Amino acid sequence: MSCSLVYRVGLSRTVIKSYRNLLRLSDHSSLFSTSTNSSNVDKKDQSKPDIKVTFIKANGQKIVGYGKTNENLLDVVINNHLDIDGFGACEGTLACSTCHLILKKDDFDKLKNKPTDEELDMLDLAFGLTETSRLGCQVYLTKEMDGLEVVVPETINDARTT
Amino acid sequence: MSSFFCKQCLKTMINSFLSVRSNLFSYVPNVTLACKRYIQTIKVGIIGSGPAGFYTAQALLKDSRVLIDIYEKYPVPFGLIRFGVAPDHQSNVINSFTNTALQDRVSFYGNINIGQDVTLNQLLKSYNAVVLCYGATEDRKLNIEGEDLINVLPARRFVGWYNGIPQDSDLNPFLQTEDVVIIGHGNVALDCARILLSPSTDITNHALTALRESKVKRVYLVGRRGPLQVSFTIKELRELTKLPGCDTIVFPEDFKNITAETINELPRPRKRLTELLLSLANEKNLNNNHKRCVLMFCRSPLQIVGDKHGKVSSVNLGVNRLIQQEDGVKTELTDEKEILKCGLFLRSIGYRAVSIDPSIPLNDKTGVISNTNGKVHGFDFGLYCSGWAATGATGVIIGTMNASFEIAEHILKDFGQNEPLLVEKPGATEIIPHLKSKGVKVVTFNDWQRIDELEKNLGSQLGKPREKLVNQKDMIKAVDEEKD
Repeated sequence: MSCSLVYRVGLSRTVIKSYRNLLRLSDHSSLFSTSTNSSNVDKKDQSKPDIKVTFIKANGQKIVGYGKTNENLLDVVINNHLDIDGFGACEGTLACSTCHLILKKDDFDKLKNKPTDEELDMLDLAFGLTETSRLGCQVYLTKEMDGLEVVVPETINDARTT
Repeated sequence: MSSFFCKQCLKTMINSFLSVRSNLFSYVPNVTLACKRYIQTIKVGIIGSGPAGFYTAQALLKDSRVLIDIYEKYPVPFGLIRFGVAPDHQSNVINSFTNTALQDRVSFYGNINIGQDVTLNQLLKSYNAVVLCYGATEDRKLNIEGEDLINVLPARRFVGWYNGIPQDSDLNPFLQTEDVVIIGHGNVALDCARILLSPSTDITNHALTALRESKVKRVYLVGRRGPLQVSFTIKELRELTKLPGCDTIVFPEDFKNITAETINELPRPRKRLTELLLSLANEKNLNNNHKRCVLMFCRSPLQIVGDKHGKVSSVNLGVNRLIQQEDGVKTELTDEKEILKCGLFLRSIGYRAVSIDPSIPLNDKTGVISNTNGKVHGFDFGLYCSGWAATGATGVIIGTMNASFEIAEHILKDFGQNEPLLVEKPGATEIIPHLKSKGVKVVTFNDWQRIDELEKNLGSQLGKPREKLVNQKDMIKAVDEEKD
């Protein structure tokens, strides 16, 4: 079963979602991450991803991922196979704003690496920009950030009638 | 049970639990009591394999019944990601699109010209739905005198030339001139200026060779409105300002009517963009040895003037006054005129969707396919459009992504509401044999991966990530040779 799970998780996020619906678990990402992480994480790095990050989606759904020091929030989404549509399209090369996340003011202020002009330039193109917005690919985890909660902004803009 | 979960979820769940599809039948009766006609596959044909095509496909795949065939005009996929985005900007979305294309429920068919090789009508008959994602490729003309002179080109073709679009590979733009005028204040205009002033080494080899021998020293970016109305985005402008050996020039006069308060009240993105422009206007340290990119505001081209050989030599500009109206800032010509010398003239003032079939309604004013939430007007059910063909050529990829996701949701909702009308369709099994019988060489995603490998090999010999094949024949040859 676990073998087929890994296969499926790799195949499609939709499928994970349906498992979640079926199992009616509120927090099951850890269930999957334990079986899938091992294949993605560098084998030499033995430290465990133990910094917990909660992503709150626009519909209020909370999904949880775990990361390590010096991983960024985009890594957490990818390594935990979190289901967020279109997240991280440019894979962390500061060429899009699809990993836009909104932090709490306190957390935002505490971050040691402040946004560069280039990050702010990309954020300016994001939908639902706020004063405490960051690109997930530029926010690096530290141990102190365990338990961080971030909001995934609603990205749908209106497709106008033309 | 069927009232507890929505029908869609149930089907998804069952599909995901049972790896062997035939087992499904034993479960179906429980689920489909409410729905007499259970359709196993919904076949969707997508026209165009650019960002709109792939993002729409990704979102449609959420319905586990959906099977997608993506048709592409060129033998190679990804549309503007390959051909439009400046090579030094090519992001990694290609990885995500490749993963989508490699899914069992997705097929890619390249080198197929919809409207010529196969008609829209045939597609509509073979698919439950067809989504037009072919973008906006026709450039708007200025409609002024001299537009047909030699060395007056659409900026889009210039982009195609350095990016390796097959039909633009022999454009040979005239670069033995010191002055280039580009009309338009959008990202395409800025991309052209950047490549003209400091060619990125990732562009196609024929373009790089030509640009290395270019004599271009000054590029004038001419816009009809002011600094507050530019369409380009800050990322592109900042890159221009950071080009080595090149100064970006903004005239302080253009800011004389823009107060600090006005700037402060702007929404953050426009505010930061305007502040960057203002900082350029205040820049005093210009280097005389540097190349120059000059941003000119409130100027409209009135006439393009040619020399005795029919080549462009200068452009007459009219100076505009800005008028604030309810629906935006309009321009009015003043009596003041200017002449700008130039040996190459590029226009980039917007793009229109083309019509690949007479039955597709186009909005003449906006240049897009007439649609509501992606549903093409005049078609009850079954024909949709997404991306720039639907919204017009505007914005960056995230906008296209969001709009495509939303249109896909509308399409899925339409499927739900019209469930009884859905019948099994043949999809590609009917179209592809027809194409082959007509002698059309169909390029699959596997074939593309061979071309991809070849291009990467060619690139590594030149010390860059990829050297694109620019000729459709070469692409086909690459596929055929590998097969032998």
